[in-house]
Amino acid sequence: MATEIRGGRSRRLSKHALLIICGVVMLYPLLWMVSSSAKPTETIFRDPSIWPTELDLGNYVDGWTALEYPFHHYLINSAVIAILAVVGNLVSCSLAAYAFARLEFRGRKIFFAMMLATLMLPIHVLIVPQYVLFAQLDWINTNLPLVVPKFLAHDAFFVFLMVQFIRGLPKELDEAARIDGCGHIRIYWRIVMPLSIPALATSAVFTFIWTWNDFFSQLIFLTDPELWTMPVALRSFMDGQGETAWGQLFAMSIVGLAPIFGFFLAGQRYLTQGIATTGFR
Amino acid sequence: MSKRLDTAGATVAPPPPRPVSPTEDPPRRRRFLRPGGPPQDRIGYLFLTPWFIGMAAFTIGPILGSLYLSFTEYTLLKPPEWLGLDNYREMLEDPRLHKSLLVTFLYVFVSVPIQLILALGLALLLNRGVRGLAFYRSVYYLPSLLAGSVSIAILWRQIFGQEGLVNQLLAFFGVEGVSWVAHPDFALGTLVLLNAWTFGAPMVIFLAGLRQIPVSYYEAAQVDGAGTVNRFFHITLPMLTPIIFFNVVLQMIGAFQSFTQAFVISGGRGGPSDATLLYTLYLYERGFGSFDMGYASAMAWILLALIAALTGLNFLFAKRWVFYGN
Repeated sequence: MATEIRGGRSRRLSKHALLIICGVVMLYPLLWMVSSSAKPTETIFRDPSIWPTELDLGNYVDGWTALEYPFHHYLINSAVIAILAVVGNLVSCSLAAYAFARLEFRGRKIFFAMMLATLMLPIHVLIVPQYVLFAQLDWINTNLPLVVPKFLAHDAFFVFLMVQFIRGLPKELDEAARIDGCGHIRIYWRIVMPLSIPALATSAVFTFIWTWNDFFSQLIFLTDPELWTMPVALRSFMDGQGETAWGQLFAMSIVGLAPIFGFFLAGQRYLTQGIATTGFR
Repeated sequence: MSKRLDTAGATVAPPPPRPVSPTEDPPRRRRFLRPGGPPQDRIGYLFLTPWFIGMAAFTIGPILGSLYLSFTEYTLLKPPEWLGLDNYREMLEDPRLHKSLLVTFLYVFVSVPIQLILALGLALLLNRGVRGLAFYRSVYYLPSLLAGSVSIAILWRQIFGQEGLVNQLLAFFGVEGVSWVAHPDFALGTLVLLNAWTFGAPMVIFLAGLRQIPVSYYEAAQVDGAGTVNRFFHITLPMLTPIIFFNVVLQMIGAFQSFTQAFVISGGRGGPSDATLLYTLYLYERGFGSFDMGYASAMAWILLALIAALTGLNFLFAKRWVFYGN
């Protein structure tokens, strides 16, 4: 842009300096946590630098077995729920989105408005009666309360995201397929879904990260330590060991963050696209 | 309409697959192409069947259920007992509820502006064709993805603890810090900072908005001799008001619902001396700590009313300052 051409070399450099300082300030806590996890607990409190003087992975070894179950038990619990949530959201939200974006049926506008209204609905309004419902179904201390709603398009955010995306796809392809005699199920599966892979990828990445991070509903529905997910286990670790085992806590916290970081590296294009197209998060 | 819903419920099984062969009879094909007509009810409701079930079972049912429960005393052990407005009356006289409202309002009205000013500032810095934009954007966005996790809450509790990172850095300058998370005056501040740390998500939205402003506006202003400051106040800011508005609404709604960070950092109690007792924490305590489901439902409805009222106010005031072009 015009200003960039006018802005001199020194101005550009100072801008980059400012941006880099901001970035370092923002990432310093994270880097410090990573380095602290590789230090003996006593030195965490004395050493604010992020270069560990010696690499000590003892915290990872000790932290892994510090709770009732080994840490991978909780990671697997989290992963099972997160993967099922991804599958459920992709299937159910894309079906609903296809209907809203491509089909003309009575009540479409009202249903669409209802779907948008639920976007803003705080989970706290629903959680108490949902708990009552799940208690009556005997679903407390199972994964069902966390998984079944995902297969029923409960995450309106992703329905909305996919509607926005499908509306942007050229209709000519559907129409050509219709002339060839394709039904809507086939058009959905053979034409719209393959073209929607970017939106599906965005939804998958976000669903995974949010489910992996989710604490509130997992805390409420999973009270049996055997079913605990990674966040619930970490929280109990902190409350149980308290301030005495920071090194181990940090080590396990990093293990818990690692998958998110991996998804961030692999899928950041989809993440920023997702935010830009829907404007959320 | 209910009749329609019934039909949808009855057609859970997929219809027999349509043959794809081009020899299919023409009238059938034409059905899809007929403009305006409503021939797609069946298939539309079929595609929406999961959504209908989810909506009924997990949204509308619970909304009605929580409205009903809010007028009752219910502890899961025996059937709900009708109380009329007693729960709401109790809320008027519940000092912890008032405290939690105060804490929540403070949290929302301090942390959201800080977060959005940072987001806008960085977006402006990044907007003007900066080299490495994608890299900076990712770096600033990363905390937004992580901040909701228990791991980060644990990190925060250590950073702002008695022997935490902040006090270690302060010690360099000879200042002796306190335990920020355990001090009633500062504990909420650490949560505000944590929310400010997530400015990356609204920043990405600002960046997308900035890109929509036509370059020609700036060129015209430059020809007229407008300086950087003038261009910002007379072009960038007015053109960006819809995005600012959008971010304000969204981040406020989100901030009202914050839970994990305050819960983990305060050990689930909202302490010290209720300084971080966000509304949601108190709701959790009443609903799932003491299984006071009726009271918790009444609290949930007040939360919904508050969020709706504030969003409504936002939209009302928007007419005064949001610029939607010509």
